[in-house]
Amino acid sequence: MAHRIFPQEEYILKGHAACPGCGATLLLRYVLKALGPSTYIVIPACCTSVIAGPHPRSAFRVPVLHIAFAASAAAASGMVEALEKLGKPANVVVWAGDGGTVDIGLQALSGAAERGHNIIYICYDNEAYMNTGIQKSGSTPYKAWTTTTPTGNPSFKKDVPSIMAAHRVPYVATINPAYPNDIIYKLRKASSIRGGLKYIHAFSPCPPGWRYDPSLTVKIARLAVETGVWVLYEVENGKFSLTGLSRNLLKKENRKPVAEYLKLQGRFAHLKQEEIDEIQRLVDEQWRRIEEIVAEHGARAKSV
Amino acid sequence: MSKLLLTGNYAAAYAVRDAEPDVVSAYPITPQTPVIEKIAEFIESGELNAKFVRVESEHSAMAALIGAASVGARTYTATSSQGLFYMYEVIWWASGARLPIVMGIVTRALGPPWNIWSEHADFYALRDSGWNMFFASSAQEVYDFTLVSYRVSENPEVLLPTLVGWDAFEVSHTYEPVSLVEKEELKSFIPPKGSWKPLLDVGEPGSLGNLAYPEEYIKVRFEMRKASERARRIIEESLRSYSSLTGRRYWFFDCVYCEDADTVFVIQGSIFGETLRAVEELRSRGEKVGLVKVWVYRPFPYEELGKAIEGTKNVVVLARASVFGSLSPLGSDVASALKLRGASARLFDVTVGVGGVDVKAEDVIGIYDKVRVSGESSFWWVR
Ligand SMILES: Cc1ncc(C[n+]2csc(CCOP(=O)(O)OP(=O)(O)O)c2C)c(N)n1
Ligand code: SF4
Repeated sequence: MAHRIFPQEEYILKGHAACPGCGATLLLRYVLKALGPSTYIVIPACCTSVIAGPHPRSAFRVPVLHIAFAASAAAASGMVEALEKLGKPANVVVWAGDGGTVDIGLQALSGAAERGHNIIYICYDNEAYMNTGIQKSGSTPYKAWTTTTPTGNPSFKKDVPSIMAAHRVPYVATINPAYPNDIIYKLRKASSIRGGLKYIHAFSPCPPGWRYDPSLTVKIARLAVETGVWVLYEVENGKFSLTGLSRNLLKKENRKPVAEYLKLQGRFAHLKQEEIDEIQRLVDEQWRRIEEIVAEHGARAKSV
Repeated sequence: MSKLLLTGNYAAAYAVRDAEPDVVSAYPITPQTPVIEKIAEFIESGELNAKFVRVESEHSAMAALIGAASVGARTYTATSSQGLFYMYEVIWWASGARLPIVMGIVTRALGPPWNIWSEHADFYALRDSGWNMFFASSAQEVYDFTLVSYRVSENPEVLLPTLVGWDAFEVSHTYEPVSLVEKEELKSFIPPKGSWKPLLDVGEPGSLGNLAYPEEYIKVRFEMRKASERARRIIEESLRSYSSLTGRRYWFFDCVYCEDADTVFVIQGSIFGETLRAVEELRSRGEKVGLVKVWVYRPFPYEELGKAIEGTKNVVVLARASVFGSLSPLGSDVASALKLRGASARLFDVTVGVGGVDVKAEDVIGIYDKVRVSGESSFWWVR
């Protein structure tokens, strides 16, 4: 299959301003390899506004529109319509952080999804507002330390992929930088689906924000999947399927204990044993729901 | 040249139809709604070949145009009041990114309390944003300035967005005969599509709006300032050329009975009619009064306006905006124009017609009588 030939071209150049071990930059590198040079990116306020490098140069080899925090999905809507009207088809990609997606940008994202613009919207989820110094976002996990939740986040992570699936967009998927082939495969698929917004939610480890050594990014990313904290899946035209390693994790005994994932990160260092147990219970509960969804989708597929 | 009976809002929509934008995006708000409804009709009937993005907010309306214009599309939107303020963040993004977007502002008061009638506080709030700003006082002027806006904005020496303001209801919903320009004639007036280079293109990857360190930022802003200075000349040239195309005489402002006047009123928008009636009434009493209607608000014609009124004894600005703790924006600008020329005229800054209150000729005469006896140079006129 074509996606197995890993693209050699680089679209992120030397001299970008990301921290060492930045998961977001790894992800974007693979995303651009998958999509190629005929791609416009729209970036709201977030770490990537800085990673791109200072004006008047850019560390990205594709055209980039930097835009106000809440505006990315709307800017992409206008851009994709204009390109269509001007007869210049190309990929239009939003690349936004979790804050710019699940919080301030959600209204514009919802509008763009409902209107069905041909956009690939990617949220790189580093689970806090990193650009402004690690404050809680609507995507911060339960109990995680941030500078505005110094004793641990009391609320639960907002499930935006489900919200997007409820918009009946043609494609929703999750990705993780430990699985580059999966990223290439899913992004190529998203790009091949014309008409409608494609929503991709990316696991994006962040060494300074999550307080771990930069050498551990890929290890933590892989552990997130292996412990079942992060689930790899796609929802294609409403049909849910687990993908990659996550396909084998329905049975609890196949999943590693979440403690293995938590213990590597300073943001969870304050957790007591009962809190770790509680997080384990929440992850198990999540997988119980996935089991129901998978069973229901299987039954639906059979009845067709 | 065809003539139609149009409201100010429909006049805007007809101008947009004639300018043939590629992308229109808008969110409804009273009293702007008929503008976008009419444009939607033009698009759905095939009279205008454009994409209409029906966004979920004004913030998104402007953002969509920024996205569209950054890849080279000609664009339009219109809004009012709360909608404009909801859009405010991205209005600065449009000008800072140097995108030739055109927008209509149907001026309306801001809440609370809710009020849908005219006031210019929303319009004036954009005065430092880098947009070129016209103010129309009739449906004809709405049509004319909207067309002129495209020529100004898309001039490669300018590349700044342009907006046209007009009063809620008094202009937006009042029918007047409007002369339209034939499409063929417009071809020589509005630049052909593609006369400016899109800022973003996959063939030549670059980026728009990324982080600029202080030394770079000030250079970007300085370039913008130079463009805005050039816009002054381009606006003058465009208005001249439009005047010779249509026979309707436009400049930065209109000056009526100015030659021998010792008192001049300075206004914007639809109060022109009643103010003119007052001026004529006062003239018939033998008073030497004149009237200036400001058409181009940004870049402000300090030099030209200062020159036109520096010889008078009294300058009375009638500004339609709630202002607190300062002169009105129009009053401050006129004061600057006088000061820059070292003129000795006395300035009166009068706030009138806020929240849609009618300004009648009798009010203007009352104000005239008051400024002659009173030492108060800045006051509100509340009947
Ligand atoms: C309207 C507005 N409010 C606040 C900010 C400040 N701000 C810039 S980036 C940012 C956080 C971005 O967080 P996220 O979207 O999660 O991306 P990350 O920085 O984590 O990559 C904030 C709050 C802004 N630029 N605009
Ligand atoms: S703070 Fe985190 S997300 Fe931002 S650049 Fe650094 S590693 Fe990447």
